[in-house]
Order: sequence, then structure tokens, then C-alpha cells
Amino acid sequence: MAMIVRCPNPEDTEALGASLGRHAMPGTVVALSGDLGAGKTVFARGVGAGLGVTTRVQSPSYIIVQSHEGGRLPFAHADLYRLGDADELEQLGLDDVLDAGGMVLIEWAERFPEVLPTDHVVCVIREVADGRAVELSATGPSAQQLLEKL
Amino acid sequence: MNVLGIESSCDETAASVVGATGVLSDVVHSQVIHAEYGGVVPELASRAHVEKMGTVVRAALSEAGIERPDAVAATAGPGLIGAVLVGLSFAKGLAAAWDVPFLGINHLEGHLLSALLEDPAPAFPFLGLVVSGGHSTVYLARDVGNYTVLGETIDDAAGEAFDKTARMMRLGYPGGPVVDRLAAEGNPKAVKFPRPRPGDLDFSFSGLKTAVRTHVQKKDRASDVDVCASFQAAVVDCLLGRVKEAAERTGVRRLALAGGVAANSELRRRALELDLDVFVPPKNRCTDNGAMIANAGRQRLIRGERHAMDLGARPGWRVDE
Repeated sequence: MAMIVRCPNPEDTEALGASLGRHAMPGTVVALSGDLGAGKTVFARGVGAGLGVTTRVQSPSYIIVQSHEGGRLPFAHADLYRLGDADELEQLGLDDVLDAGGMVLIEWAERFPEVLPTDHVVCVIREVADGRAVELSATGPSAQQLLEKL
Repeated sequence: MNVLGIESSCDETAASVVGATGVLSDVVHSQVIHAEYGGVVPELASRAHVEKMGTVVRAALSEAGIERPDAVAATAGPGLIGAVLVGLSFAKGLAAAWDVPFLGINHLEGHLLSALLEDPAPAFPFLGLVVSGGHSTVYLARDVGNYTVLGETIDDAAGEAFDKTARMMRLGYPGGPVVDRLAAEGNPKAVKFPRPRPGDLDFSFSGLKTAVRTHVQKKDRASDVDVCASFQAAVVDCLLGRVKEAAERTGVRRLALAGGVAANSELRRRALELDLDVFVPPKNRCTDNGAMIANAGRQRLIRGERHAMDLGARPGWRVDE
């Protein structure tokens, strides 16, 4: 199943992210893609707000992965654009966050598809004439269950 | 007291010795390979830090002309945990072997206190503008270890905006130096880019990035040099605008610049025009280096601090905690 949500304003993109954050389950993995400036950080900020994290969600492009605390679930936000090779994936500590019952949001996961578990949410933000269109789809039953709650 | 400082939190493997007379050695091995368009950094792996660490530390000690420092400091965060652990573990090993104090330093405190290595150095309290690929923050530094965040980015860091602008314009990586160079020949008023002012003294550079992209996709777009100059002017306006507000709000009239973006010539030029006492480190002390870690370690050591060997890496460590 895929659902497409129209987001005319950045606030709508953020609200959609917040809804995902509110319903995320321990072990939820989201692959987030979209062009530069599409609103990935805005969406991620919404996810953080939905989870109730107390740390600020900024772009992790430079530091590659940022962990957030204080929320309903531990939350790791990663951007694999600058990652050199797949050997480095384990250094990011994403598995630790998932093992601890957390949620992981990964930008540029398409560079290293092996980072994604079989069952995950795919979120693609596209620019359209009247703002953004966010397409959400599930690759397995848990992800499907999550999308149905949004 | 001579302190060996080790930095490995991101792309650089660096070591330095700082003593009472200042920086005795400062060795940086950059892992940034000027990649093809788009600029992926191929060697962030902790493996690369491991390979370089011994050589870099040995060079730092030999250039300083010492065999054993009086303490060893290393970056403990924030940064990529695997990378941070390489320098941190190496430092602990050396401190144990030499039986000298060990200190785990916050990378951002290292940047913030960089100005103390210069002559003249700012007295406390001072404002610190730390701007790099991963951070854009205005601090109030009251003393060593006493810092308040007055404002920070709510999305992209300033250095990231430079890199992404360069990427969109296919100018290469890293974006900072190339945009700086092209901007020098352009008209900063050619394109009107946004200068957002989010809440408090915060920054936002995400919209600027989108505005650059929208502009360069236009048919009647300005030339590369004009786009770079206009973009850079917008970034500098945002940064220094907030600094001015911070100075008014706190009454603190001293400002220290730090971080990779502090190497930007327009930011340096315009910061020096502010009606404040401005302290700008040389460009090699703006980008990541070992001297800033040795210096922060030394400042803390002088105040009687030393850290336990079980101090762990803290990937998300905030400097105001």
C-alpha cells in the first residue's frame, strides 16, 4: 500500500512527520528521500516532535548520525550521503538504537540499501506545483500497521 | 605544563602539543579527498583514523621536542562514535602508559576556546560564534566550563549550506573554499536571497539552500560568481545579525569566531567591522585541529581537573550540559 499526502506548506510536512513520530513503534525504520531542499529536515523535526524528544532535530548531514533523547522512544536520525562505504554502517550505532527499542530515520538510505531491514517505511518527498507530495509506503507488516494508524 | 591533544571526531586525524608558551606543534592529517562532483568523503572510517593516529601523534611530540607530555586530552564528543573512540582510546592508552592525567574534551568547547591560543586572547566573558559543517551556534562563554547557548541552527549548519550550495551548482567539494573564491569576484547584491530570523537568536539555513536551488534552475539566472557572492552575503548577514543581537542582549562586547566557516574571508572581514572586540583565529585554527583540544584540556587541567579512565565517547554531547 502506498499513500500520498499533499503538503502545501512546510508546517504540513512537519505535521505529517509528527504523526509518524506519535505512532512509531520500537524498531520502526524509515527510509526518507527527497531532493536537496525538499523538506527532509522539516519532516524529521516533525518526527522528533511526535516522539517528544527534548533535543533539537537539526540536519545530520555532516555528523552523519544524531541521537535524540527524552522522547517516548530513543530516536536516531542519520544521513548516509557522506558515508564512505558499507563497512562504516555498523559504526553508526543504528542497531544499538533499534535493540534499545528505538526508532531510526535514515536519509540517503538508497546509497546503502543493506542498512534497511526487510520491514520498513519508505517516505519520499517530491516537489509538486502546490508544495510537496509525500509518498509513504510499507515493505512489511509492521510498517503497514504503522501507516494504517496515520 | 605541556598537554597533548588528540582529535578524531570527524574527517581529520589531528594531534598537537600546547604548553605555557602556546602551540608547540600542530599536526593534521585530513581525510577529505577532493572527490569527484558531489563530494562524498570516502574515508570517514575509524579504520583510517587508526592507520594515521600513531604517525600523527608521534609527529606532534617530535615537533614539540618532548617525549612525554604532562597530560593527554582527546575529543570525547560530539561526533561519529567509531571515529571519536579511536582518538579517545589512544589518548587513554598513552595517559595510562605515561601515568599522566587524562581529559575527555567536548569538540565544540575546543572550538569555542580556540581564541585563547592567540595573542591577544579574549578575557571572559566573551561571545563565541562557532560555525562549521555540523554546527552554527552563538555561545556566551562566562568561564572555562561555563557556557550558555544563546542561539543555534534549527535545521542546516552554515557550513552545510556552503557545501550544499556548491553541490547544487556543481562547484566541487568542500564547498566553503570554492564559494569563497568565486564570491570574491561577484556582486553580493545580484540576487536577493532570504535572511530568515527564527525564534530567539536561532539560525535557519535550509530555506536559503532551497532559494539558491530555485534560482539556479531559472533560465535568466545570475552568473556563478554573483550567486556565490549573494549567497555568502546572506549567510554572513544572518550570522553577524544574530551576533549583534547577542551583544545587545548580554552587554558582552567581546566576540571570538571559531569553526571551519570562520575561515571564510567575507565573514572574517565583516566581523572585524563590527563595533565589538573581535578575535579571529588564523584559518588553520578554525578548521578541526589538535591544538584546540590540547588547549581546552590544558585550561581544565590548570583548574585542577582530570577525568576517569572510564569516561566514554558521547556522540551527542552538548557543550552547555
